[in-house]
Amino acid sequence: MAGMEVTGGDVTGQDVTGQDVTGKDAAGMEGTMRDAAGRADAPAVVGARGVTMAFGDNVLFRDVTFEVRQGEVFVILGGSGSGKSTLLKLLIGLHRPTGGEIRILGEDLGAARGQERRELLSRIGVMWQSGALFGSMTLLENVMLPLEEHTRLPRAAREEVARVKLGLVGLSDAADRLPAEISGGMAKRAGIARAMALDPPLLFLDEPSAGLDPITSAGLDQLIRDLARDLGTTFIVVTHELQSILAIGDRCIMLDKQAKGMIAEGDPRALRDHATHPTVRAFFRREAA
Amino acid sequence: MTDQAEQAGFDRQGDTLRLHGPLTTRQVGRLWEPLLKAARGARRLDLSGVTALDTTGAALVLRGAAVAGGGAAEGMGGGAAEGMGGGAAGTGAGGAAEAAAGRKGGGAGAEGVRAEGVRVEGVRVEGASPPVAAVLQRARAALEAPRPAAAPRPLPFVGRVGAWAVGGLRRLRASTGFLGETVLMGLAVVPQPRRLRLADLMRHLDEAGLRAFPLAILLGTLIGVILAFQSSIPMRQFGAEIFIPPLVGISLIRELGPLIAAIIVAGRTGSAYAAELGTMTVNEEVDALRIMGVDPVSMLVLPRLAAALLVMPVLALLVNLTGLFGMGVVMGTLGFPAALVLNQLSEWLTLGSLLGGLFKAAVFGLVIAGIGCRAGLGAGRGPRAVGDAATQAVVGGIVATVVLDGLFAVLFYRLGW
Repeated sequence: MAGMEVTGGDVTGQDVTGQDVTGKDAAGMEGTMRDAAGRADAPAVVGARGVTMAFGDNVLFRDVTFEVRQGEVFVILGGSGSGKSTLLKLLIGLHRPTGGEIRILGEDLGAARGQERRELLSRIGVMWQSGALFGSMTLLENVMLPLEEHTRLPRAAREEVARVKLGLVGLSDAADRLPAEISGGMAKRAGIARAMALDPPLLFLDEPSAGLDPITSAGLDQLIRDLARDLGTTFIVVTHELQSILAIGDRCIMLDKQAKGMIAEGDPRALRDHATHPTVRAFFRREAA
Repeated sequence: MTDQAEQAGFDRQGDTLRLHGPLTTRQVGRLWEPLLKAARGARRLDLSGVTALDTTGAALVLRGAAVAGGGAAEGMGGGAAEGMGGGAAGTGAGGAAEAAAGRKGGGAGAEGVRAEGVRVEGVRVEGASPPVAAVLQRARAALEAPRPAAAPRPLPFVGRVGAWAVGGLRRLRASTGFLGETVLMGLAVVPQPRRLRLADLMRHLDEAGLRAFPLAILLGTLIGVILAFQSSIPMRQFGAEIFIPPLVGISLIRELGPLIAAIIVAGRTGSAYAAELGTMTVNEEVDALRIMGVDPVSMLVLPRLAAALLVMPVLALLVNLTGLFGMGVVMGTLGFPAALVLNQLSEWLTLGSLLGGLFKAAVFGLVIAGIGCRAGLGAGRGPRAVGDAATQAVVGGIVATVVLDGLFAVLFYRLGW
């Protein structure tokens, strides 16, 4: 790709000639398989070892161990009540696990304090289940807030950067709207834009496609894949939407309520085709357990 | 962590602006303004030294290109129009339209526009490695997407007054509707009291009444002590301390008892009603009730109104009694025995004053609860709606109480009570 030319000043039209930078086919798994294979030796950005979570005597899950490698889309799946969202909250350091160890980008987020913690937090982004957008700010201001806190960009620059992020999720024309004035799908996309405000190498998404129509949901999946490929962002996605898991996931783990822990780990498509555990099979084949 | 190891930077050689290092969010903050200054007049942007680019860095590169090509004043949006002009010459509007839509057009049309664009602006961004180019392309498509239309100009003064008046009339109509619905439902309950939900009523009586007792006792006692003590200073100059009990007593049972109780109920209960009903409105619970054929007014509003109506006279009486007790304590320290104080009170206080005060209290309670419920059911959307409703309930409740008290004063005076 030597001699590639990107025009800037005029900002008109297609410029990266001959290269299809946006994958056309969300279900084009060959490409993603190759990516996954390429990442097998990539460094681990998230590690969980023997993580156990219990509320009193009530054990939610025990001994959850996995590694997430740089640049992959890692899916945490499981039925309702299996502790997916709790595991996410443990990973981002909101709760402390009852036992075990969690490392994010090589550090323990829950134990980090002061500047170290601030630094680490600026390197992760979280999209909350319902967006968690600040209701008194427009979408643009929502995205600008992390930039204001963590960078020294001048105001005009923050606005410009925030507009890029909103454009990435397809919300350019809604930049001046308040969260109360947009739909649920838009709120999720705006949540992703805000999570990406600082271009963190690690993004956590909590149920990105729950409650969305299939078209919006597929668009979101496409977006996640594109970002993972173009920006090398690592995604950790909590979801129970089968379509979405198969479309975006490089690897996944599955939590189960009865087993109180992990019951599967690996490539979701391989699990769909070859899983032997009855719950995993039922999950991927949409059978009643 | 690698960001820190390698520093991003730029240098200008002739008409070429060379960027190098990782152009990432944490580096860009430092570079933004100096780079835009240096980009002025550049004809080429060389990205061959850029090791990493994220979308923030891409925003900087695009901005730099815009500054170099079109001058700082021109925003990114201007580019689409330029392209349209260039594209019209040969390649047709198809490619230009695609470009304006900011989508991954591809194909000959877009290609043509690109070539035109290079000639028109004369800024070449080159040397980008494939991943860097991909990010840049993505960021550019993002920036090209249509922006929101400019906000409508604020209305001129007359228009604002008009909008305010129309809004006020709308609210008035909604409030009148609420009042009518409540009265009708209230009247419908009278012949069949079973329809008033007893369990709800008991809960509200407990929450609005019993749990407010400690507060009423505290405030009543303090008010009695303060009134007695303050009035003792001027009264002593006339040797009229013996008249402190009737002074405090009449003030309390006619005015202060009901008012203090009203403030307690407006602050504790009116706001709680507004917040509770406001949350239900925001969560569409009220709509759910309507669709189930349950009238929200009869289920939600009437028990609250009835509770406030019943609770207020009790609270007012409690404030009265504890206030008199507080006054008695002060009189005791001034050397007046309790028997004398009681004698004075029974001579000056009439049952009429007491009942008048308690009647006022009941009306206040009804109005405060009504305003609270109305504020809750009328809550808008968004996170501030519930807070606004609670504020409205407290402010409206207290203002309405004082205004009503003034009306009662005139009424009682005319009636000679």
